[in-house]
Amino acid sequence: MAITRRKFLGWMGCAAAGSATLAGTAAYGASNKEFKGHPGSFGVLHDTTRCIGCRKCEKACNEVNKMPDPKVPFEDLSVLETERRTSVHTHTVVNRYAPSKQASSEKQHPIFVKKQCNHCLEPACASACFVKAFKKDKKGPVGYDETLCVGCRYCMVACPFNIPAYEYDNPLTPRVMKCTMCLPRIEEGKLPGCVEICPREALVFGKRDDLIREARMRIQKYPDLYVDHIYGEHEMGGTSWLYLSKVPFSQIGMREDLGTTSAPQMTAGALSAVPIVVGLWPVLLTGIYAISKRKDKVAEEEAQEAIAHVKEEAETALASELAKLKEKMTKEKETAVTAAVKKAMDEAAAAAQAEEKAKTEEQKAPEAESDVEEEK
Amino acid sequence: MEHIFYSLQDFMVYTKGITYLIMGGLLVLLPLFWVFVAGNDEKKELF
Amino acid sequence: MAFKLPPVSLKIEATPGNIITGIILILGFGLTVMRFYGGLGAVTNLDDTNPWGIWIGFDLLCGVALAAGGYVTSASCYVFGLKRYHSAVRPAILTAFLGYALVVFALHYDVGRPWRLPYPIFVSPGTSSLLFEVGLCVFLYLNVLFIEFTPAAFEWLGLSKIRGIVMKMTMALTIFGVILSTLHQSSLGALFLISPSKLHPLWYSGYLPVYFFISSMFAGMSMVIFEGSLAHRYLHDKMDETHLKESDGVVLGFSKAASFIMMGYLGIKVIGLAIDNNWHYLFTGWGAWFLLELLGFVGLPAFIYAIAARDKNVKLARIASVIAVLGIVFNRLNISIVAFNWHLPAAQRYMPSWMEIVTSVFIVTVGITVYRFITANMPVLYEHPDYKHEH
Repeated sequence: MAITRRKFLGWMGCAAAGSATLAGTAAYGASNKEFKGHPGSFGVLHDTTRCIGCRKCEKACNEVNKMPDPKVPFEDLSVLETERRTSVHTHTVVNRYAPSKQASSEKQHPIFVKKQCNHCLEPACASACFVKAFKKDKKGPVGYDETLCVGCRYCMVACPFNIPAYEYDNPLTPRVMKCTMCLPRIEEGKLPGCVEICPREALVFGKRDDLIREARMRIQKYPDLYVDHIYGEHEMGGTSWLYLSKVPFSQIGMREDLGTTSAPQMTAGALSAVPIVVGLWPVLLTGIYAISKRKDKVAEEEAQEAIAHVKEEAETALASELAKLKEKMTKEKETAVTAAVKKAMDEAAAAAQAEEKAKTEEQKAPEAESDVEEEK
Repeated sequence: MEHIFYSLQDFMVYTKGITYLIMGGLLVLLPLFWVFVAGNDEKKELF
Repeated sequence: MAFKLPPVSLKIEATPGNIITGIILILGFGLTVMRFYGGLGAVTNLDDTNPWGIWIGFDLLCGVALAAGGYVTSASCYVFGLKRYHSAVRPAILTAFLGYALVVFALHYDVGRPWRLPYPIFVSPGTSSLLFEVGLCVFLYLNVLFIEFTPAAFEWLGLSKIRGIVMKMTMALTIFGVILSTLHQSSLGALFLISPSKLHPLWYSGYLPVYFFISSMFAGMSMVIFEGSLAHRYLHDKMDETHLKESDGVVLGFSKAASFIMMGYLGIKVIGLAIDNNWHYLFTGWGAWFLLELLGFVGLPAFIYAIAARDKNVKLARIASVIAVLGIVFNRLNISIVAFNWHLPAAQRYMPSWMEIVTSVFIVTVGITVYRFITANMPVLYEHPDYKHEH
């Protein structure tokens, strides 16, 4: 196919528009952006209809991860009698499930399911980890960095599949243990240990997108063999490990009630409330403080005003009282003066009369006058 | 150059990292601004 | 600077209480050795499916909730301007500080590599985690509480200059403390948002952070009342007139507030049922357990508080506070242990070992012992004569 100049420019335009879109959307909040996972990341398709429960994958896993030998050898299939979970030294386990009784005759074989870390696209463990010890690699595996791990075990609380195990008997350097999807081997170009050894191709390694197409094809081709669901395509936001089954997944120990909401989405709301509290609480609380302070101040001012008012009133009352008193006193004085003057005048008049009547009493009048002067 | 986020998890770590820094800044700036708003008369009463 | 260490009273009498304390402390030291020699597996019943036991459910969740008295009391006094609560602030701050210190102390037992506890803040912050939020806030709040408490120590040591500087920051510290408390109290609830598939629907809710925050308020108030009644019984001689005069007012004021907040809490719990349409679970065994928590340990104490506040009955308020504190413990243990992994068969469920329980008792005992030492020596329950009439 020849590439014309026009076509080339068109591609360039598309690429530019595409990157612009990506750049643009990256600036939005998480609410309206969809994350599709690392492009071309790997995964494994586990077709449970093909699994024969030989436990070879468990053995390979044990060898690849250099784990101690188990108490019961891997060839002993009696361990399948009880349902097991992953643990510190077994990163993968195969469980056997009895077929349901109502199933048709061809479904009577026991069903074997391999269990290990599902390597979520949006890992709950990584979302929960407060030291970023878990990281989704662009190749697909969810890795664990023991040099950061504090050992809080919140990842184990968070994991919806109950996968991570913890070295409870290690007093000083306990680690969280789980399947690594054999990342070191993938980087060397090899298959994960369990996939490589599987004698029945019950495990297929490949790009996750291709695996989903493959799984759909199988369901379409053999509708009687499979339930129409790829477990892990959307569970908990999608996982890198995908499962096919001929019976509903809840019958083979896999929870169907997990939903499609990824772990980071579940906590996004609470996390987004944090900065708003930090932004608004200082304003609200300082506001309440300022109002209560202001109220105190106003109350204080009012109290002072009231005191001032009372004082003023008291002063006015006192002043008027004093004035009254003064007035009264002045009046009394005046009355006394008038009375004295009148008395003096009367006396003078009487004296004059007496002068006229009797000339012998002439000396009395100046005495009375001097009396009046003294009283003043 | 804009970094492309392929997972919500990476996006959250990045954006929350920045918001935590902004939160720290706000916690320093808001009290200082309040001291400025409240003026000289309230300065002594606040801190 | 003139600095003279004041006399320290370290009289230890052979009272029954002191003997029991001694036995618990010795047992605790033994278990500590076992924990750090044999790992968590040697002392706990934890396993891969049940990674969190009572050291998280009780020591962390209950410890933090019951230490909420610090922010509630200091906010009422300084932010809301309820000056009559002033004598209650210092004991509340002290218990809050000790509470948080004990939480961090307890985490050293629970966490695998305790010396890495600073990692989330200083080495590799996992900002997408709510536990990071909790860790950061608890770390900062512990510092805030420490600074808020230092005036008492400075008065004791006679360092009035530094005391003055800290006193000037009271307001800023109080508001910062309320912000941090809002955040980590709620985030402790939000920790469980990530595991809807494990926590029973009656307890799992999108409102978990709100429930934890609101319940922390009346947890704090109830704890202030409860501690007050204990202190009155055993530390009466350490209290001054102001403290004794104001304490009844604090009890009744907090009774009224706690009662109303508890009713609001009941309301939002019912809203939580409605919004997730969880009514049908109420008619199961889990529903009975849930209703016991809600009616028996929230509704009942709320009602008793209300009567106490109406009748000005301090004794009744103290009874209510005990039920309310038990209710908080009941709620936190339900969420972290009882209703967690509820779908698993009984054989795969967690029951604490006696050693876990004794370790928790040991940690609480350490706290009480330190509290007794501090209140015996520092001006907590009384005002230092040199600094009276300052506020």
